[in-house]
Amino acid sequence: MSLLIVENIHKKYGTEEVLKGVSFSLERGDTKVVIGPSGTGKSTLLRCINHLSSPDAGRVWLDEVEVTAAKAKINELRAQMGFVFQSFNLFSHLTALSNVRIGPVKVKRMKKEAATKLAMEELDRVGLAEKADCYPAQLSGGQQQRVSIARALAMSPKLILFDEPTSALDPELIGEVLTVMIDLAKSGMTMLVVTHEMGFARSVADEIIFMEHGVIVEQGTPEQLFSSPKSPRTGEFLHKINELYGETG
Amino acid sequence: MIFEWSWLPQLAHGLILTIEITVTCIAIGVVLGILLALGRVYGGKWISIPCSIYIQIFRGTPLLVQLLMIYYGLPSWGIMLSAFTSGVLALGLNTAAYQAEYLRGAIQAVKTGQLFAARSMGMSMVQAARYVVLPQAFRIVIPSWSNELILMLKYSSIVFSVTLLDLMGVAKRIASHNFLYFEVYIVVALFYLALVFMVTQLLRMLEKKVHIPGLGEHLEG
Amino acid sequence: MLLGGVLINLELLFALLIVGLMVGTLVALLQVYGGRFFGTLASAYAWIFRSIPAIVLLFLFYFGPSEFGANIPPFVAATLALGLRSSAYQSQIFRGALQAIPHGQILAARSMGMSRINAIYLIVIPQALRISIAGWSNEFSSVVKDTTLAYVVGLTEVLRRVRIITDRHYDLAMLAYLTVALIFLVLTYAGNHALGWLEKRLRIPGLQMVGGGTREI
Repeated sequence: MSLLIVENIHKKYGTEEVLKGVSFSLERGDTKVVIGPSGTGKSTLLRCINHLSSPDAGRVWLDEVEVTAAKAKINELRAQMGFVFQSFNLFSHLTALSNVRIGPVKVKRMKKEAATKLAMEELDRVGLAEKADCYPAQLSGGQQQRVSIARALAMSPKLILFDEPTSALDPELIGEVLTVMIDLAKSGMTMLVVTHEMGFARSVADEIIFMEHGVIVEQGTPEQLFSSPKSPRTGEFLHKINELYGETG
Repeated sequence: MIFEWSWLPQLAHGLILTIEITVTCIAIGVVLGILLALGRVYGGKWISIPCSIYIQIFRGTPLLVQLLMIYYGLPSWGIMLSAFTSGVLALGLNTAAYQAEYLRGAIQAVKTGQLFAARSMGMSMVQAARYVVLPQAFRIVIPSWSNELILMLKYSSIVFSVTLLDLMGVAKRIASHNFLYFEVYIVVALFYLALVFMVTQLLRMLEKKVHIPGLGEHLEG
Repeated sequence: MLLGGVLINLELLFALLIVGLMVGTLVALLQVYGGRFFGTLASAYAWIFRSIPAIVLLFLFYFGPSEFGANIPPFVAATLALGLRSSAYQSQIFRGALQAIPHGQILAARSMGMSRINAIYLIVIPQALRISIAGWSNEFSSVVKDTTLAYVVGLTEVLRRVRIITDRHYDLAMLAYLTVALIFLVLTYAGNHALGWLEKRLRIPGLQMVGGGTREI
């Protein structure tokens, strides 16, 4: 069975329905990218998957366990999913090392020495081993985001959700984060990424999902979408994005 | 202007009592204040509403009324407390209410993203509060808390009205013996000024020590 | 009878707030615009009157002069003592508001030919006054309760009346104090509401100071 199954998610904010029945699935090792105009519910979708928001209707399964079930052990399930936020959300009172270490120690009850070793490995993997003792405020945006990726990796998750990971970064810093993400995708991590970075999508996505107005308009491989999109809207959007952002990654 | 050196030892005793009272009441205030703040923020209806009521009552009524009520009022209901206990209790219950509000504000000042990140990695609400939100809230609250400490230092003078011989109590006693009101009270005022100054500096040093770059603001003078 | 006492508290409240407002505004202006000499003087004044306990100030103003032969009535002594103390706190609130106004406002005013005084008077102060309302509400709440401190200089405000009652009717003590507490709860509640209403009426979209400040900064 697929690693992640999202079935018919509906979500309202007040009177406005932001997600109008979204369904898709992810296999192990997939990297899928969700694109679309801002405000179409992409972030909401990710939050419904790890239940930071609860959907009004629809269900989510992670590795055959239903996340949306009433009796779901949500903390255990969340520990198996990594989440990378647009605004990084590193714990301001902890050093980079402590940020990466705290999940394994407090949630997975790992011994401190083992966790420290693991944390240093992950920090090294994202290229920030020498910043281990720095506080978030002392790091650049790109560095903070890389630490937050290390923090997600330290939990050895089954999949990682990325919510516009580079949208809050200055242009020069985007590259370093994308590099880490590309390496991650190539190493076989299952990833669901919401982003505007078309270059990234083109190079590593197994499938691109185009969402607008709360529904999936079209999904397919990068080649399919870029060269012969089925829907005119898809073509329009991709064209606009290419104009704005150019080819990156 | 007359000034007698013999006043100093007596005043020193008063000073010690003032410090004792302040420290004790702040201690009560911290413990109770934390409980009240946690109750307000994380408690369900049955806990947060009583906490809120307590806070509003103790912040909405004068400290002197609270003190006199405990010292003179309770005996009419059969509860007799010593002057020291009454003083410390009144001050402690009062400062707890204010500290609870400051801590609550600080908890709510911690960015929600921090909580999201903590929960997203599988921490329970208790873990998230304990390891992520509260450590930051405690640093954010430092300026307000320091203010409160200094405030209590000054308001502790109120206990002279229930016969305690703190700095103010001693001053009154000396002055009513020799009628040198002006001099005595000026000296006492200087004592308090010096005390406030030293404590402020101490708190500033303390705040620098626990400061984390990027978290919280610096203590104002 | 208790309510008569409360009336005295309210009179004191009014009197001291006016003193506090007038002196406080002056001190704040001196601190921000007074240049080094007056500015430092103003800051020193503010620090001294904030750091000396209210009780000590009350005693100083009431008993102090009596040593030199002048007898000051309790109401006047209390008004002066608490009023000057409040002026120190109010000056800090107002100073914060003045400093919160972007310097660009003055630049724009001067660029159209206004004198410095006019710029401050017409442009900065009106904005600063509005921003101060939140902090001022805090001060008001504080001071309402501090009027009871005048008890220690013998003013026949509400707490002294309670003593008179309890001296005769010992067993009514707790009840009397609870009543006073209740009266003050109502007063602070009503006061806060009134100030909230005032703030809403005077609100200008876009002009706001974040955070109302803590008790007595």
